[in-house]
Amino acid sequence: MADALIFRFDVDGENFTSAGQASVQIKKNLRQLGLPPEIIRRVSIAMYEGEINMVIHAGGGHAEVRVTEDCIEIVLEDHGPGIADIAQAMQAGFSTAPDNIRSLGFGAGMGLPNMKRYTDYMDIQSTVGEGTTVTMRVAIPQ
Amino acid sequence: MTVQELLDKTDLTAAALPRGDREITGVYLGDLLSWVMGRAREGDAWVTIMSNRNIAAVATLADTACILLAEGVQPDNGVALLCEEKGINLLLSPHSAYDTALLLRDTL
Repeated sequence: MADALIFRFDVDGENFTSAGQASVQIKKNLRQLGLPPEIIRRVSIAMYEGEINMVIHAGGGHAEVRVTEDCIEIVLEDHGPGIADIAQAMQAGFSTAPDNIRSLGFGAGMGLPNMKRYTDYMDIQSTVGEGTTVTMRVAIPQ
Repeated sequence: MTVQELLDKTDLTAAALPRGDREITGVYLGDLLSWVMGRAREGDAWVTIMSNRNIAAVATLADTACILLAEGVQPDNGVALLCEEKGINLLLSPHSAYDTALLLRDTL
């Protein structure tokens, strides 16, 4: 099998109004690879939610997308405050986003639920005070 | 119906129209961006009052046919240009979100 194709992005934590650049770029890259539109949509939306989370909560981070023949894996890593209660964070509607973020249309508490909904696998590893790593996978239909 | 045809038949105006030939196949109303990404379908006309730069990314990722700013809301500085660059149709409606939805129902 061919080696994985890897895309890496630094997510800028200071520039909230232009957040989403990595996800939009990934969408372009996956289109060029000729992947099915529904797969591209699921990957790019899940990644966008994760990217926004890193900007809102963690001051940015690092994103890596690995594409193999049968799977697209997204790994989002930050060194933010961490998530104390992951089960609570996963509940639809739960949010700790500040008001200025909510006024931009975010902070509805739908980010993590959307990421889970749009991917076939999602894992969150988080340590309070150290950071969070989210791994998501979307299977490519053969 | 295409975005251009919708403009021709209504009092909606365009702030950016890089792809007037895009077909509108449905309508979605909403301002919470995660809801929009989760629920809007490809080809929808997305009616919202959110006017910041993030709507361009959301419209791109959700593949909506156009963004339609209701209630007479104007896009924030630079957003129309951003939409033009990103190939996103950005329309303006002087009507409430509800009346804009009715207008779409009667026109599409």
